[in-house]
Amino acid sequence: MSVLPDVVLMTLELEQVLIVGGILFAIGLYVALSKRNAIGILMGVELMLNAVNVTLLAFARFIESPRPIDGHVFATFVITIAAAEAAVALALAVAVYRHRETVNIDEIDVLRW
Amino acid sequence: MIDDAGIVVAFWILSATTVICALMVAAARNLIHAVLFLALTFVGVAGIYIVLSADFVAVVQVLIYAGAVGVLMTFAIMLTPGADRLNSSTVFQAPALVLSALVLAVIVFVALDTEWAISDRQAFSATARSLGEAFLKPYIVPFEVASVLLAAAMIGAIVLSREEPEDERAA
Repeated sequence: MSVLPDVVLMTLELEQVLIVGGILFAIGLYVALSKRNAIGILMGVELMLNAVNVTLLAFARFIESPRPIDGHVFATFVITIAAAEAAVALALAVAVYRHRETVNIDEIDVLRW
Repeated sequence: MIDDAGIVVAFWILSATTVICALMVAAARNLIHAVLFLALTFVGVAGIYIVLSADFVAVVQVLIYAGAVGVLMTFAIMLTPGADRLNSSTVFQAPALVLSALVLAVIVFVALDTEWAISDRQAFSATARSLGEAFLKPYIVPFEVASVLLAAAMIGAIVLSREEPEDERAA
């Protein structure tokens, strides 16, 4: 059958890695959308970026390609940008805290019309 | 397809650990505990990278994510001591749950339904050398832009988070 991989769990197929990445992405999405603390939201974003990296490296390992190492290059770029993003976002959180004594996103409403 | 039994077992153990830790990030009561589980998730993901024979990226993951980002988040929580430490949810909890379940369903469907062009490649041998060549030949421009971006982000973070001196505040 072509849809499901032969579900003998003793071989590792691309689909299984993709599903693990998908589960991680869904958890990250849930955390990013539901948490009240800005730092909690950032944790969700980092989880999503990790899930994307898992799928990138899975494709690099399993998919036919003339330059298979490119997946690793993309993953390294994602990690770089994620580090920059985390630094700026946490600095923003600290700056907001200094003015408002809170980092809860439902209390930071100065831009609300 | 990987059929080395040890690698497959390692993958399932690492995946279970990673997913459970990620769930604990969502479920933990205390924000500090959530960060610790997040660091564990990062280490588990690094293990999955090793299973996928991405040794360099795995090392970078442990260094930058588990090390730097984990410490940065712990610091950010400790620098906001008066803020709510409960890892609480907004009113969007239920819609977020539904949306992420839908996204997961779509991803699983697409992953299983697509005919992937699977190659019979063996595991990569050490990737650091070929990664370095890729960075300095076809990807030289993005590589340099990334370094400029990192410098800009670092300066931006310092500017955003420093205390305003008294004389500037009076002006």
